[in-house]
Amino acid sequence: MSKKIHLQIDGRDIEAEEGMTVLEAAHSAGIKIPTLCFHHELEPWGGCRLCMVELEFGDWTRLVVSCVYLVEEGLVVKTRSLKVDKTRKGILELLLAHAPDSPQLTALAEEYGADRNRFEQDASFCIHCGLCVRYCAEVAEKHALGFIDRGIRKEISFIPEIAAKECNDCKGCFPLCPTSYLQAAFVLVESLAFPRNGK
Amino acid sequence: MEAERIDQIIDEHQGAPDLLIQVLLAIQSEYNWLPKAALQRVGEKMQVPLSRILHIATFYNAFSLVPKGRHKVHICMGTACHVRGAPRILDTVQDLTGIGAGETDLEFKFSLETVNCIGCCALGPVIDIDGKIHGNVSTRDTADILEQYD
Amino acid sequence: MTQLKSPEELDNYRQTLSSGRDANMPCISICAGTGCLAYGAAEVIGAFKAEIEKQGLTAKVDTKGTGCPGYCEKGPVVVIYPEEICYLGVMPEDVPEIITQTIVGKKVVDRLVYSDPDSGEKAIHEADIPYYKHQKRFLLSSNTLIDSRSIDDYLLINGYSALSKALFQMTAEEVVDEVKKSKLRGRGGGGFPTGRKWEGSREAPGEVKYVLVNADEGDPGAFMDRALLEGNPHSILEGLIIGGYAIGAHEGYIYVRQEYPLAVENIKLAIEQAEEYGLLGKDILGSGFDFTVKVHQGAGAFVCGESTALMTALEGRAGEPRPKYVRSNVKGLWNRPSVLNNVETWANVPLIINRGADWFTQYGTQGSKGTKIFSLVGKITNTGLVEVPMGITLRDIIYKIGGGIPGGKKFKAIQTGGPSGGCIPETLLDLEVGFDELTEAGSMMGSGGMIVMDEDTCMVDVARYFIHFLADESCGKCVPCREGLRQMDRILKKITEGRGEEGDTKTLEELSELAIDASLCALGKSAPNPLLSTLRYFKDEYEAHIKEKRCPALSCKELISYYIDPEKCLACLACMRKCPVDGISGGKNRIHVIDQEKCTSCGTCLDVCPAKFDAVVKYSGEPVPPPIPEEKRTIDRKKKK
Repeated sequence: MSKKIHLQIDGRDIEAEEGMTVLEAAHSAGIKIPTLCFHHELEPWGGCRLCMVELEFGDWTRLVVSCVYLVEEGLVVKTRSLKVDKTRKGILELLLAHAPDSPQLTALAEEYGADRNRFEQDASFCIHCGLCVRYCAEVAEKHALGFIDRGIRKEISFIPEIAAKECNDCKGCFPLCPTSYLQAAFVLVESLAFPRNGK
Repeated sequence: MEAERIDQIIDEHQGAPDLLIQVLLAIQSEYNWLPKAALQRVGEKMQVPLSRILHIATFYNAFSLVPKGRHKVHICMGTACHVRGAPRILDTVQDLTGIGAGETDLEFKFSLETVNCIGCCALGPVIDIDGKIHGNVSTRDTADILEQYD
Repeated sequence: MTQLKSPEELDNYRQTLSSGRDANMPCISICAGTGCLAYGAAEVIGAFKAEIEKQGLTAKVDTKGTGCPGYCEKGPVVVIYPEEICYLGVMPEDVPEIITQTIVGKKVVDRLVYSDPDSGEKAIHEADIPYYKHQKRFLLSSNTLIDSRSIDDYLLINGYSALSKALFQMTAEEVVDEVKKSKLRGRGGGGFPTGRKWEGSREAPGEVKYVLVNADEGDPGAFMDRALLEGNPHSILEGLIIGGYAIGAHEGYIYVRQEYPLAVENIKLAIEQAEEYGLLGKDILGSGFDFTVKVHQGAGAFVCGESTALMTALEGRAGEPRPKYVRSNVKGLWNRPSVLNNVETWANVPLIINRGADWFTQYGTQGSKGTKIFSLVGKITNTGLVEVPMGITLRDIIYKIGGGIPGGKKFKAIQTGGPSGGCIPETLLDLEVGFDELTEAGSMMGSGGMIVMDEDTCMVDVARYFIHFLADESCGKCVPCREGLRQMDRILKKITEGRGEEGDTKTLEELSELAIDASLCALGKSAPNPLLSTLRYFKDEYEAHIKEKRCPALSCKELISYYIDPEKCLACLACMRKCPVDGISGGKNRIHVIDQEKCTSCGTCLDVCPAKFDAVVKYSGEPVPPPIPEEKRTIDRKKKK
């Protein structure tokens, strides 16, 4: 039986267990925090920053990523605030430049008043949530696709030899992609790069 | 590329996965690039997924997945060099060689790269060719410098 | 060499070395750091050895390739001991004269000593040269005294005496306390109190702990860690072992960037030598303390200078930072307590142990103690490394030590702190250098890079340069940094190319706020600093670019045009020959005219036009005058006189 931690989320007193993240504690209490790169079967990643919440320490506050931050005794958490909402709006507008038609993003955009045309459209609609890569590594354990390069040139890439053998029987990552970029990338690599004639 | 030599390099690093980057640096240094077959061998022997190796091979500037030219021309684009006119040097070198940063010419003579600081800031602008540092370079010197190499 | 198994054996060996050396025997020290090697120092060293042999003096004169003293502007630098005569800009051709005149004849070669550019006053001895006089060179001064590849030389300057003292005369807790008392703050950029970091690791639970050296030095414009690691590798090693003892770590890692091959070579050699002497490995000096060190090379990624990314790279992965809600001195490398400090921080440790925290705290300001090595580069007369006490003003660094701006140009800004820092304008030059003072001014101490900019530097271009650099070096994991920098890069490119729009600066500010608030690591969080500082102090340049499509510094390629003044051109053919796109027409006695359609604004014509003609002019924000008619292009030589 692990130690109980008492914290406050949006004015409500919550009891959580030691080792839980703020996100898990919020979920267990039925409090909604938007996420993109979080998945209950995968290690928390902290990449999309959408789940950021504001912690209050007397006079000053701090923004932290709730899917990674562990609960602490006496923590005061605000899942919505001027700062939090502004941050989420900014993130959404940056992502909408890549995938303006993603259902997940458009729903959140409406909630936070994000403008899909704020930034010039980008050719790639991958938003780098990393769900596909991490699912394949941690759950399917096939390592058929991965990240390549870094910064603004970062991309996901299938490894043709492995994908040709494993993907058609699995496709466990397909439902996870918020933008369908994954499916498009798969179709491309299948038609252009899969080994032919059993090579 | 002999599989034996790759195995040797891996053994020199005890096949330890945390030494993966050191192994790849040794292979890059020896072959001037990272052949795919070498990466597959590394993956097998060191028990790491190819996806991780490819991420590393593309994440870091030191590695190349395609063969490089005989002469590696590195132009420093650090702040000190930038302020002293490095972008103009880059333009001139690109004009003279016909290739852009990150490219290799058709005869595999020059590979051109930009580097985000070589550490010779007092000598800026700096061009490093095959480890030899040319300092205080001006646009009119570049043609003469490149002519020294065949 | 049998291993030294007690402090007494170490002292005795040191004594033996000392009595074996003739203090009066001339020793010629030639800087063999990467910078001077680029100037031809290797040939100079070779020339000295050859000439000494030729004159039959091999047994009477010593030569040494040493570490970098920092006077890079005047390299290759040669210091002759015991007199400490300093010769600058020495070439192989000068060597025979130096041997004959100075070594044999005991006379100074006048033309090779320092000469004040204004008064002509000479300074013969190292200590009298103005560049050095205003510095406090506790760390750098050792560089010229030792051959970087000799452990004996290091022992002769009291090397490893601090280690001996720590292991045998102090407890681990006392070592931590001394470092805390010294108020030493990290020299890599963060400025975190070193003693507190060590204490955190010492007290953290766990058997296995690590001490790490951050020798990634990715800040463009910074090369002090290179000079320390290449020039005096044992000093860093000694600091590291003391740190290991203090926190209870038995393993150390040195992460060196791959772009520093000489530093990698020298530190690996130093480790071998220290192991041979029993100063590393099992039962160091018979103390019962075991410690080993491994060297890892970087592979070319600026983000690996960030502490969690560096640790991820040490684990053999792509250097993506991790969210740091539990400090890495508690959960770091392999999730174990790890103290990561910068090269210069480690180099200060033996000094503090030997001379005491009280000695250290007499230098510097209230919040920033000790000295700091800065790399003074860019548009400055004396480029190089300077080690100064904290609290010295920027004005003194730039003018007293740096010799001001060359070419009669006007100072515009000094950029400190690398890509995480900002630009400081002339109005703030009396700022006393320190961690907190620089942060308040909108910049940062960073690792110590100081890039001087003059009237020809475009501050919008500077912002673009840094944002572009960071967009390239970002790991790409989190949205505010990756996507934020992507958009900021685009907007700044637009502005510098003359396509800036109303509202662009506001968007830049909003994207900056997002990156500062929501980025995963310090790279993203500090990325907007250069941009924000230029917006703060140089807003007028942004307005000129956006509203008038004009670059006040005449620097942004797409906004400037080159024009040859027909009144001044004397048809010398120089620019015609060198133009990379063959865009200048004219000939002997025919005035040169630039074809504006072909011109790529490379600036070569301006470079090669002889100073006495000074015929090439830059325009921005207005069109160049139309080319003069063909008939008027012939020069009448008699008239032009």
